[in-house]
Amino acid sequence: MANVDQQALFQFLLRMGDNTLVLGHRVSEWCGHAPVLEEDIALANTALDLIGQTQFWLGLAGEVEGKGQDADALAFRRDVWDFRNFLICEMPNGDFGQTLMRQFLFDAWASVTLAHLQKSSDERVAGIAAKASKEVAYHLERSSDTIVGLGDGTAESHDRMQAALEYLWPYVGEMFASDDVDANMVAAGIATDPAGLRGEFDAIITRVLTQATLNIPQSTFAHKGGRDGSIHTEHLGHLLTSMQWLQRVYPDASW
Amino acid sequence: MYAQMVKSAGTGVKSREEMTDQERDFQDKIDADIKIEPRDWMPDDYRATLIRQMGQHAHSEIVGQLPEGNWITRAPTLERKAILLAKVQDEAGHGLYLYSAAETLGVTRDELTEMLLDGRMKYSSIFNYPTLNWADIGAVGWLVDGAAIMNQVPLQRTSYGPYSRAMIRICKEESFHQRQGYDAIRKMAEGTVAQKKMAQDALNRLWYPSLMMFGPSDKDSVHSAQSMAWKIKINTNDELRQKFVDQTVPQIKFLGLDLPDDAIVWNEETSQHDYTDPDWNEFFDVIKGNGPCNVDRLAARNKAWDDGAWVREGLMVHAQKKAAAKLAAE
Repeated sequence: MANVDQQALFQFLLRMGDNTLVLGHRVSEWCGHAPVLEEDIALANTALDLIGQTQFWLGLAGEVEGKGQDADALAFRRDVWDFRNFLICEMPNGDFGQTLMRQFLFDAWASVTLAHLQKSSDERVAGIAAKASKEVAYHLERSSDTIVGLGDGTAESHDRMQAALEYLWPYVGEMFASDDVDANMVAAGIATDPAGLRGEFDAIITRVLTQATLNIPQSTFAHKGGRDGSIHTEHLGHLLTSMQWLQRVYPDASW
Repeated sequence: MYAQMVKSAGTGVKSREEMTDQERDFQDKIDADIKIEPRDWMPDDYRATLIRQMGQHAHSEIVGQLPEGNWITRAPTLERKAILLAKVQDEAGHGLYLYSAAETLGVTRDELTEMLLDGRMKYSSIFNYPTLNWADIGAVGWLVDGAAIMNQVPLQRTSYGPYSRAMIRICKEESFHQRQGYDAIRKMAEGTVAQKKMAQDALNRLWYPSLMMFGPSDKDSVHSAQSMAWKIKINTNDELRQKFVDQTVPQIKFLGLDLPDDAIVWNEETSQHDYTDPDWNEFFDVIKGNGPCNVDRLAARNKAWDDGAWVREGLMVHAQKKAAAKLAAE
């Protein structure tokens, strides 16, 4: 492990943790406003799992960084440019269909990614991935069922789901873009090249979206800039404003 | 419990002579602590009163998500956020058990929901108060769940089987929430000057609304006798309120916070604390819809229901298609 580029590993872990943190935050915004009680429970449960995964990923990131930052310091004291999540995670909730479509696309990516990470040469990474995989398998099952139910439901629910897919599609490509950080992780045997995971992802989404009678957009255009922090959407700053407010206003307090 | 001023159906407690044979047998079972189960005969008024009480309790769990949800996105640490999410999830789960238990009495969850949304049914007055600083989240767990437990523990022995079983399950989780709430506020009471100020502010604002959770004073509580005879209410409002005050005052002192009522003093003669009653005019105003958050809370629930109509309909139509396809394949 001595040869692993610690800075690259830190960036990789921030990517994992920021994805779950930002998406978990978004999902938690639904609390008490879901279309049906079972969905209130399921959304709170999903958010809870994602925040739990964040504690592991960012906790390890802080350790690797070695500057005394714990998961909370990383979550609550960094600004937009330091965040490394996919843009899709910070996209607004929109209607319930948009929230579930975002969740489904993320769940499909997470299930494929975590399956590979369980074989990571870094036992800490493999351990977190093994734990998170169990939760994500359930998330994917649930979001898939809901996508199928709403895609193949009424004309209105179908159209809303198709619109959600088209709105989010340009944010899918970023999940499979590779850069130097990834090359480093591949060389160290810590993670698989994201570009190589696209086939498995496409197999999952094609099966589910076909069953949902939805058309997969043909465009290959992809927005990017989240996972390297070069250009986030305007939405992230507002999300951080509420998320970090107490820690920012009362920096001396412990909670 | 989150049920206040549940109006007992019927004309009041009947004497044995006034009862029919069936009613006498029913009352004998209750007096012998034999649970009433969904298929057993029960007086219409017992059924109607239970539907009101369990429905109000379920609605309170649902509306209760809103004041806590108000702080989920602003929780100050990942752990506090996770604890709050788990708590809100539990509460939605309590709503689900209670609606399911109420359904055994012949009313559907959708019917109950409609009655909440158009104002025919109530939820606990406490959720019409706002959560204004982070310490409110601790105080809600400590005081509001604490008051709820005070009421729910005796209700584990209530006469209606499904309600009693729901209460047993709910009480376990509520006790856990109360401890977490107390831990959260203790951390603040021991914290910085600003944190201590938040804790005191939360206690001062939520104290009387918490006392109101037990319902009006016994002398004004006109519906208790029948419900107590039916064992769907076990203690009087004032008994439970007193118990709550006696339990909570030492906790306030332990936290090092100021008492929220100058009149709180230990009374050697009665072996309990004297305290000031809440302002019952304010209570009745809140019940009538004039609390600080009534309009917003109901609007939020109505919006969630209306915005979600296409989702419920879509999923239902899909389920029908699936069932039809399965049938065709057989």
